[in-house]
Amino acid sequence: MASQIFSAILVIIVGVGGCVAYFWGANKLLDLIFPARGVTGAAAVDNLRRQGLIRPWLFVGPALLILIIYLIYPVIETLRLSFMDRGGVNFVGLANYQWAFGDREFRNSILNNIVWLAVVPAACTFLGLIIAVLTDRIWWGTIAKSLIFLPLAISFVGASVIWKFIYEYRGEGQTQIGILNAIVTALGGSPQVWISIPFWNNFFLMVILIWIQTGFAMVILSSALRGIPEETLEAAVIDGANPFQIFWKIMVPQIWGTIAVVWTTITILVLKVFDIVLTMTNGQWNSQVLANLMFDWMFRGGGDFGRGATIAIIIMIAVIPIMIWNIRQANKETGGH
Amino acid sequence: MAVASGKSFISRFGVHLAVLFFVVLWTIPTLGILVSSLRDKDQIIASGWWNSFSSSSQTEAGRLPDASAQAEKDGKFVIEGNLFEEGGPARQISAFGLRAAAPTQYEAGAVADLKDGVTLQINKDGSFVMASPKAFEGERGQRVYFAASAPPKFTTDNYRTVLFSEGIGRSFLNSLTVTIPATVIPILIAAFAAYALAWMRFPGRALLIAVIIGLLVVPLQMSLIPLLKLYNGVGVFFGVPVKTYLGIWLAHTGFGLPFAIYLLRSYIAGLPREIMESARIDGASDFEIFVKIVLPLSFPVLASFAIFQFLWVWNDLLVAMVFLGTEADQIVLTAKLNALLGSRGGDWEILTTSAFVTIIVPLIVFFSLQRYFVRGLLAGSVKGG
Repeated sequence: MASQIFSAILVIIVGVGGCVAYFWGANKLLDLIFPARGVTGAAAVDNLRRQGLIRPWLFVGPALLILIIYLIYPVIETLRLSFMDRGGVNFVGLANYQWAFGDREFRNSILNNIVWLAVVPAACTFLGLIIAVLTDRIWWGTIAKSLIFLPLAISFVGASVIWKFIYEYRGEGQTQIGILNAIVTALGGSPQVWISIPFWNNFFLMVILIWIQTGFAMVILSSALRGIPEETLEAAVIDGANPFQIFWKIMVPQIWGTIAVVWTTITILVLKVFDIVLTMTNGQWNSQVLANLMFDWMFRGGGDFGRGATIAIIIMIAVIPIMIWNIRQANKETGGH
Repeated sequence: MAVASGKSFISRFGVHLAVLFFVVLWTIPTLGILVSSLRDKDQIIASGWWNSFSSSSQTEAGRLPDASAQAEKDGKFVIEGNLFEEGGPARQISAFGLRAAAPTQYEAGAVADLKDGVTLQINKDGSFVMASPKAFEGERGQRVYFAASAPPKFTTDNYRTVLFSEGIGRSFLNSLTVTIPATVIPILIAAFAAYALAWMRFPGRALLIAVIIGLLVVPLQMSLIPLLKLYNGVGVFFGVPVKTYLGIWLAHTGFGLPFAIYLLRSYIAGLPREIMESARIDGASDFEIFVKIVLPLSFPVLASFAIFQFLWVWNDLLVAMVFLGTEADQIVLTAKLNALLGSRGGDWEILTTSAFVTIIVPLIVFFSLQRYFVRGLLAGSVKGG
């Protein structure tokens, strides 16, 4: 155990030291090969130009290398593997995709993912917006925001345990220690095994993500709301607009761009949701989603890389429109820089 | 805000009430496991955690003293005593029984008829009298069952158990081992790249920025299978273990880089041009400008990123499950918690306590550095989004 701590500290020192040594050394080396100081005239200009050509690549080099190994190459490789058999050796054409759309579990996952996509981003954004508007009006709003924001720091697994405890089921007549069943029985209902009710269990899982992500939406939207000019709101009040009109007709349109950002960010998160489903149901009772199904196929029966890759590609296809939109937005903003 | 002014007392009261409602709704789940983790494990299953401050009723089993404790009184043989330990917490018996199937057959204070004229009376305070016309025999005392109220009992035993005998303590260390290097390493690499992308001119720069923004949203799932294959290949080729801390440090570095570069670049690009230019006129090279001017000025955004990366790595389950083993020396907190959910399914004292141990570090980081966290969140999603 001590050796583990020691090696971790060593890695930090070696890693950081290595980075510093690389950047400093590469920079020095460049200065030595193409000296700009100590030479005169055309040679100095020439060397400066050469330095200018090379130095940026020294700076972005390590990042680029890691990005290529860990993200760019895998994306291409995953695409290739999706046309290969389980070991990734033989070309099978579209067989994996054919399998996917014929597979009951896969179709169930797609369906569930669509429900997740329809519910979670909308619920988070809506609740986040409401809470942002409300907390802006009261003196203890900051504390309230902190508490609602807090689940964002909790891991999905931790959150799953927290909610599993809420959904805990005991047989009828026993003391319910899960708060949801306690409330239901107190109101005269009978206790339910919430996470095993097909279709509706999806919603009980979604609640967890909504609980986590509403704080995120709230913080971003709250800061956007503060950006609305005071005069605009005052003018609306003077014109006799009621609070609902102000909310829907003044505030929401003003922060439309931010709402879109929040929505898309949560959408991407929903597509990747894996931990919650794995820990709560592991896809049982028809609650499977693509990300968990993909993980499952990576290891099921020794692993089927072809099918796993195919599911990853399907997730990616859903992300691509957002990706293009993001790049366009960024280009618009940094166009002049 | 102007909207709120001039509104009636009732509607302002409504706002407070609505916010209170949301706050309670959002806090209760976490409060539930915190309270439960501090409760006695028998009480956790005996009553809901929201009742943990009032006495709970538990059904228990006990055995009366054997025949050697009997005394002769008025021609009867009697065994007397108390079910509760002397000096223990004040408890009350509500009912008792003689069979496990009917543990609450008799009210406290009632007299139960056993066979052959034997009677047993158990009172509220735990005292009992068993009487028989014949002498008691045998070495085993009478088995009794009773429902007793127990006063609220809070303990830190659960924490001791999970930390030292359930392996959570070790996993805590493993999580730290993964998280700290995986947070520190990307920062420097990203900072240099971000500076180059913000302030240096070179062909392909715009394309590189577009690629990085694209990579921001690429699902992790796209990388897993090729990297698993790559790691396996490297492991076989060099004869080294496939699942290592080095492997996961690099993986987290790779997955964190697009966001790091994106966040740092947008901040560094916003630094005032005059500072850079006057430094350049003074003869400073790009390297010097970066180290002496840009890095110190970028501290807030570096802190923001560090918090993000720390939370993300600490809370990650997927990457850890793919790139690390499940043995005690490698399993991280999230993976351990997931494993406990399978192996200790109904043991809520273990689960709630373990869960709280896993979330305590993020909560501390979050509360102490919330300012940087929020700033990073805003910069990361609003600006370029």
